[in-house]
Amino acid sequence: MKDARLSKTVAMGIMGICTLYFLVPIWWLFVGATKDRGDFSNTAGLWFADFHLGDNLHDLFTYRDGVFLRWMLNSVLYTGGAALLGTLLAAMCGYALAKYSFPGRETIFNIVLGGVLVPATALALPLFLIFSQLNATNTFWSVFLPSLVNPFGVYLARIYATASVPDELLEAARLDGSGEVRTFFTVSSKLMFPAFITIFLFHFVAVWNNFLLPLIMLGNERLFPVTLGLYTWNSQVNQLPELRMLVITGALISIIPLVIAFLLLQRFWRNGLGAGAIK
Amino acid sequence: MRFAMRSLSIALTSTLALTAAACSSGSDDDSSSTAGASSCQPASSGTVNLTYTSWIPGIEDVVKVWNAAHPDIQVTVQTGPNGNSGTYQNFFNQLKAGNAPDLGQIEYDALPSFRVQDGLENIASCAPVTEAKDKFIDWTWNQVSFGESDAAYAVPQDTGPMALFYRKDLFEKAGIAVPTTWDEYAAAAVKVKAAGGYITNFSQSDINQFAGFVWQAGGNWFSNDGSKWTVNLQDEASTKVADYWQGLIDKKLVSTVPAWTTEWDNAYNKGDAWTWVSAVWGANSISSGAPDTSGDWGVVEMPQWTSGGTTAGNWGGSSTAVFKGSKHPYEAAEFATWLNTSDEALTMLAEKANLYPATKTGGSLDVFSKGVDFYGGDKIYDVFAKAATQVSPDFTWGPTMTSTYSSASDGFKSAVSGKGTLLDALKSAQSSTIENLKSQSIPVAE
Repeated sequence: MKDARLSKTVAMGIMGICTLYFLVPIWWLFVGATKDRGDFSNTAGLWFADFHLGDNLHDLFTYRDGVFLRWMLNSVLYTGGAALLGTLLAAMCGYALAKYSFPGRETIFNIVLGGVLVPATALALPLFLIFSQLNATNTFWSVFLPSLVNPFGVYLARIYATASVPDELLEAARLDGSGEVRTFFTVSSKLMFPAFITIFLFHFVAVWNNFLLPLIMLGNERLFPVTLGLYTWNSQVNQLPELRMLVITGALISIIPLVIAFLLLQRFWRNGLGAGAIK
Repeated sequence: MRFAMRSLSIALTSTLALTAAACSSGSDDDSSSTAGASSCQPASSGTVNLTYTSWIPGIEDVVKVWNAAHPDIQVTVQTGPNGNSGTYQNFFNQLKAGNAPDLGQIEYDALPSFRVQDGLENIASCAPVTEAKDKFIDWTWNQVSFGESDAAYAVPQDTGPMALFYRKDLFEKAGIAVPTTWDEYAAAAVKVKAAGGYITNFSQSDINQFAGFVWQAGGNWFSNDGSKWTVNLQDEASTKVADYWQGLIDKKLVSTVPAWTTEWDNAYNKGDAWTWVSAVWGANSISSGAPDTSGDWGVVEMPQWTSGGTTAGNWGGSSTAVFKGSKHPYEAAEFATWLNTSDEALTMLAEKANLYPATKTGGSLDVFSKGVDFYGGDKIYDVFAKAATQVSPDFTWGPTMTSTYSSASDGFKSAVSGKGTLLDALKSAQSSTIENLKSQSIPVAE
């Protein structure tokens, strides 16, 4: 009895430390974003000085005709759009690999699996050269199209489809006269939904964090995602120190979409992970 | 414009360089595009569209003024992070892919690397450049011509003439005379230490300040005789400067906070550091990083090696280059010349981005002849205008500065923590630079 309580305390302690470890930087960011530039360098980082969050936000949203809002919108389009479409593609692909047997199935799957091992960073430059051939660099599509690809999603979708979509069910659907595409959207996709959420979240985060691709592809500031925009500002802080507070405040704002995505989808995600674990 | 060596950007650039090197073999078939210096003519008719990549904050507004006045030469601005944080690598990629912008911002110390890769158009024979040549301070012209006659691989944009920023109030209170020579500076350092401060902060990670000191002392790290590069990071002047600062570090008379951090700002804001030998743009770094010290700073000429000497160092500065493959070098040169010589453009660049012009008359623009409130209403830019003309014309940058900087800065970081000396750092930077040149098949004399 005593042992159980002890181990529970230890576990809670470790969890507490981890939570603190993850939250302190965000706390620092929040506190930093509420200060003006003088207080930012002169007061302790983890507690408030004069509250200037409103001013900082105002500066951020009005600087250079509100280019920051444009970046946020771009990021949402790049990541949200690519994650939605990419999840659909990955799910259909994984489903096909799991449920249809055709020659070369394993070869295709192994190639896709190999793709998981190639980091997005390594592909940025070759992609740039390819898009240069097509005269398509510095466009929305030069970042959006490569972001659709998600080999890890295909892998997850295949594993999940194998485990959660019974062949008998597909057989029944076929007997009832449903076409394959209709079966996928009305029957299989419902069963695979938790996997979709997982793939979507992974994909969302991967695209959000893929910084190198836009860095290499884009020169037009109006097309930047927020990560590249903030990085650009940060590299100019030496020259224009006023930008420092914009970078801090911008960084705080830029994590909001991620937080929202996780809060909304976390429930489904937990389902998805759990389902895989029990089976 | 200065640069800060960030480990991220170094890591980034080196990974990219590797990838680029791997992909580059066999695609060097652009030998036909050697337009040369003799064929710079304006386009016969129609509107010319140019692209210009720069990371100067607010450059769009300056270009807008040009576009309004020149309906037949329209410039589109592209932007990105500062050169070493990614934009230079982008330029190299774009040159490789054949879609480089017409014009790009390149700092003086990066120009040779683009020249070595044959990425720059020689615009010396373009009429606007030929006419504007004499408007630029001589040493800035050497930076863009590499000392070749009939050559201009860029148009000088801004400079960073150096001077001594010092805490007037603290020096006065402690009864210390403002140093005019480096010997006096070292002597003052002892007194400042006794008064509870540090004379300055030695920049352990930003090698450009040190390069500025060497530049002032008459050193020259690189030279090129037309076929081979000579690397000389340990010449007499560099050794002298390294020994001098090593002495201050050994006696713990200088602080060694990493530059451009809030900790560093704080050291100046709280009055821990009493002076800063810095470039003209440093005026803004202080006023924004140490706002509590308004009115306490003065600016005088930087300390000299010989009493009564009149030489200054330079820290930073960039140019506007026309890239190889531009279809309209004449119009590009015309724009670059306007951007960097016209009063309206220079004034806007000064107001928006604190750029200090490279022209002989730029220092007397209205924006620079006013007193500056933060400096107690002093006309501090007069000091820099003088310093700009006192910079040695002979300092040459090498074609692999990124790696030279990162090697030297590693050594400097060890030196300030007591492992090795600044001279050791220069020695290892010397050998790694030579290695690096060789690995890129750039001929080097040993």
